[in-house]
Amino acid sequence: MGNQQFLADKIRTQEYHLNMGPQHPATHGVMRMVLKLDGEEIRDVEPVMGYIHRSIEKMSEHITYKQIIHLTDRLDYLSSHQNNEAVALLVEKATGIEVNDRIKVIRTIMSELSRIASHQLWWAVMGMDTGALTTFFYGFRDRELINDIFEETCGSRLTMNYSVIGGVRYDLHENFVKRVKDFIVHFRKKLPEYDQLLSNNVIFRKRTEGIGILTKEQVIAFGMNGPTARASGFVCDIRKKIPYSAYDRVHFEEIMATEGDAFARYKVRILEMWESMRIIEQLIDDIPEGEFKVKTKAVIKLPAGEHLQRVETARGDFGVYAISDGKKNPFRLKFRSPSFANMHGLNKMSEGTKIADLVVNFSTIDVVVPDIDR
Amino acid sequence: MGIEVKKANIETEEKFPGEIIPAGNGGNIVVSKLDDVINWGRKHSLWSLYFGTSCCAIEMMQTGASKTDYSRFGFEVARVTPRQADVIIIAGTITVKMAPVLRRLYDQMAEPKYVIAMGACAVSGGPFYFNSYSVVRGADHVIPVDVYIPGCPPRPEALLDAMFELQNKISNESMRHRVNNNPVDGFDEGTTK
Repeated sequence: MGNQQFLADKIRTQEYHLNMGPQHPATHGVMRMVLKLDGEEIRDVEPVMGYIHRSIEKMSEHITYKQIIHLTDRLDYLSSHQNNEAVALLVEKATGIEVNDRIKVIRTIMSELSRIASHQLWWAVMGMDTGALTTFFYGFRDRELINDIFEETCGSRLTMNYSVIGGVRYDLHENFVKRVKDFIVHFRKKLPEYDQLLSNNVIFRKRTEGIGILTKEQVIAFGMNGPTARASGFVCDIRKKIPYSAYDRVHFEEIMATEGDAFARYKVRILEMWESMRIIEQLIDDIPEGEFKVKTKAVIKLPAGEHLQRVETARGDFGVYAISDGKKNPFRLKFRSPSFANMHGLNKMSEGTKIADLVVNFSTIDVVVPDIDR
Repeated sequence: MGIEVKKANIETEEKFPGEIIPAGNGGNIVVSKLDDVINWGRKHSLWSLYFGTSCCAIEMMQTGASKTDYSRFGFEVARVTPRQADVIIIAGTITVKMAPVLRRLYDQMAEPKYVIAMGACAVSGGPFYFNSYSVVRGADHVIPVDVYIPGCPPRPEALLDAMFELQNKISNESMRHRVNNNPVDGFDEGTTK
């Protein structure tokens, strides 16, 4: 030990910069990071954004509220249903459109299915980032079942565009209830397999436990949210705090952890899949009868002023903030995206860790890059 | 008597293109065209560059995953460096900031190289065709594209179909006069619409 300390004092290393991305497999898209390194230790991570900036906020100022919904699919494409719902809820709240219970329940079930699908994909890719390729095939095998359910009812697999102002676009397919129940039965058997394969793997545990620790205070200071923040003990579930749709009538636990390391973030997401299944099971048996879409005006104008709606996507608190001047399109529309907020924690997480740990940290905060850049 | 069962026609491209004649001394004589042999090898070992920028990347990953497993056709080796890749699957939007990067990746690839534009964004800008100030209206403003796939995002089956189309294209190539794509020199960013 003393010998090593002696060497560390003797050998001087020089700080150097390394570019990671935008074309890099571990950055989940086109994220670019400039790393300041001392040997292999990370001193500073500087994310360079904008490689997939598509000017969605500016485009929204030129189109009507009904048209904006289809652009929100492309923000966080893994929780596209929740994004659609956010805009729909915003307009419904501002203009006083009342939707019936059937619509609320359908939206909640769809949101939770999206959340499971998103976490499955995250788990698949998380395994791949840490060097376990089998998880990729397991995760995508189970995800395909949810995609089939979406396809049958919404007509699309990924960018559903299903929630519209005043309801949902189509009524549920006749097979919907049966297929969702079949999926839950199937996935309740398969989810323990995930634990066997990855969660209890020694190599995986060693790569994630104690890596990238964030305290609760840091998480709050960075404005982080979603499963990433809940792993550090920050109570921030919008479904509990400001219930929307049918979340006020279902019982579920807000999954919390206190360790704040990469494994805690992993654990929270795995347990969230169990909770999502619990929510779906409570609702799927008695979906209320009624219209699937309330009649609305052809051109919807928001009253002048500021409007805000928050929903909980698979990544955290997604907020839509609109300033209206009483016209059919918003004066300014701001999306408060969870990935962008969670991104800020990466620098603090990675301080003093190795480059390989950066990949793990980046994977556990589960960013979707178009959601950062918008 | 009974029903005559016809043997299925398995005269597909997967067979070796040429005639193999036993020479009698344990060896074989192969009679074929050089073009056919090279194209046959080339089209069944297409290594793709992992280039997913947005939503389409998920469907690209799905194509490689369990249900529609594209390794059945020889595409499974996804490379992360352009120097080892034969084909770029542009899965997602190309923005003005990303366009020079894409161009550099393309230039780094070794000949012969192919490009598949997957999804509406890579084909024409897609939903961002109007009113967007930062999206390149189609990847073909930056690099030459061989196969276009419409859809937002396209289904995995559509990507598979595009790969087969690319195989067809490769099988008709000739060493003497290669299909020249007229590379886009000094690309225009295509933002003025």
